[in-house]
Amino acid sequence: MISANLSAIFYLISGILFILALRGLSSPDTSRQGNYFGIIGMVIAIAVTFLSIGNFSTSIIYVFLLLMLGGVVGSFIAFRIPMTAMPELVAGFHSLVGLAAVFVAIAAFLNPSAFNLGSIGDIKLASLIEMSIGAAVGAITFSGSIIAFLKLRGIMSGAPITFTGQHYLNLILGITIFVLIFYLCKSQSESFFWTVIAISFLVGVLLIIPIGGADMPVVISMLNSYSGWAAAGIGFTLENTALIITGALVGSSGAILSYIMCKAMNRSFISVILGGFGADNSSSDTKDKQDQKPVKSGNAEDAAFLMKNASSVIIVPGYGMAVAQAQHALREMVDKLKKNDIKVTYAIHPVAGRMPGHMNVLLAEANVPYDEVFELEDINNDFANSDVAFVIGANDVTNPVAKTDPKSPIFGMPVLDVEKCKSVLFVKRSLSPGYAGIDNELFYRDNTLMLFADAKKMTEDIVKNLD
Amino acid sequence: MEIDPFIFRLSIFILSIFIGYYVVWSVTPSLHTPLMSVTNAISSVIIVGAIIAALAGSSNNIFDTSSIFGFLAIILAAVNIFGGFLVTQRMLQMYKKKKNNKK
Repeated sequence: MISANLSAIFYLISGILFILALRGLSSPDTSRQGNYFGIIGMVIAIAVTFLSIGNFSTSIIYVFLLLMLGGVVGSFIAFRIPMTAMPELVAGFHSLVGLAAVFVAIAAFLNPSAFNLGSIGDIKLASLIEMSIGAAVGAITFSGSIIAFLKLRGIMSGAPITFTGQHYLNLILGITIFVLIFYLCKSQSESFFWTVIAISFLVGVLLIIPIGGADMPVVISMLNSYSGWAAAGIGFTLENTALIITGALVGSSGAILSYIMCKAMNRSFISVILGGFGADNSSSDTKDKQDQKPVKSGNAEDAAFLMKNASSVIIVPGYGMAVAQAQHALREMVDKLKKNDIKVTYAIHPVAGRMPGHMNVLLAEANVPYDEVFELEDINNDFANSDVAFVIGANDVTNPVAKTDPKSPIFGMPVLDVEKCKSVLFVKRSLSPGYAGIDNELFYRDNTLMLFADAKKMTEDIVKNLD
Repeated sequence: MEIDPFIFRLSIFILSIFIGYYVVWSVTPSLHTPLMSVTNAISSVIIVGAIIAALAGSSNNIFDTSSIFGFLAIILAAVNIFGGFLVTQRMLQMYKKKKNNKK
């Protein structure tokens, strides 16, 4: 049994270690060390909790058993999950944090004396507010993440689900939560507490269903942020520094990532939340245009010839590449090109994957050295000096219409200037528009060669033709 | 007049938001996915509350309603802690500089 003051200091230390864990991620070299800091911080926090409770009843056996059970399940998932499924995994994990926050809040509400918050029916006002906010945000995080998970997994359609009055309903429900918390504080009645949680679950679902598949990177980041605020709310209830610090860190981290993702798509945060984007699919006039304009298409041989005679090639990967599992074949292709003394770099758009930084992980998995991979702002000027842009599985992020047509839905979105290359190779199944539902005029340019095929098969064929 | 301890916690909270703001902006964009998985893992420090709740049951009745919620939260948080840190580690391993690629 250690004193409350001492344990508070240890919680502070674990909070600092968590800060260092995030700090480590500023470069790949320090990142692994950062992760160890995070693990040490967690071990300290858990150990101190056990020590501060002191009087161990038989229930401690169950605590360890469940800890192990969760640990085994978590480890199993962590080792088995394919990197393409990271967005689903993260969404799923967010839902667990949310639900854990709800459960802890319920436990604190039912047994306040265990947490020094007063007694049943006479919980301290501040604690009651904190725990109900923690529970509400946790519940929203939980159900919202479940919907995000289902959409990412493809169990639920990525299409936005909208109905009239949706936003008013959300607003009313949001206000209701606050009113109920107010009455909960006045009456300490259990039924208000349960209603707050129930409505929050509903709000989480309603918040995420109108958001389309293309905006998923924002949604995941946003839910990341929510899970942090939920943890902070519980941290205030438990008067625990480690939780408060962590909650604040995670909350601001998720908020920054949402901001970066919104900016990468030139969408305001509000318009993402309101949803409905991507609902109006390719209008009929774009289809007419497709029929009229001539398209140059080629085969693997042409592509191999073009790249062999180039001195620099920039690869522009998109999510389509990951879906086709073409990243390993792609690396093989790049290795061959490099053997011919051709300079190869990768250009990554911030929303190239399904979540922030997703494409970088997918390339890293295929053993692409991270110093060959560049972010949009670092590489965009290089296209003009390069011979070939090899666009594989990407579409909207290369569309020059974002720079030229103010009427286009993606106008103003930062795009990769692939058209400035001497020639552009487009690996794509068909001319169909991308997520944003708009035609890409690049397909019809003179310096574009379309390679109609499955990304993996085409890349493998190019590899064969490079010999 | 004494300052309410809540104000101190609020101060820690606000300052931590600022720390988070500056630290996260310095994270390289190529590591944004590991950032999300590791924030996920550390936010599961909520397990601290779960453990307190689970161990709060009286010795003759260790499974009252409150502690059952604590036990459930322990499972959820443990999945997250192990899963989050391990999957982050797995990703970061891929960012190792390949020796044969050095010149």
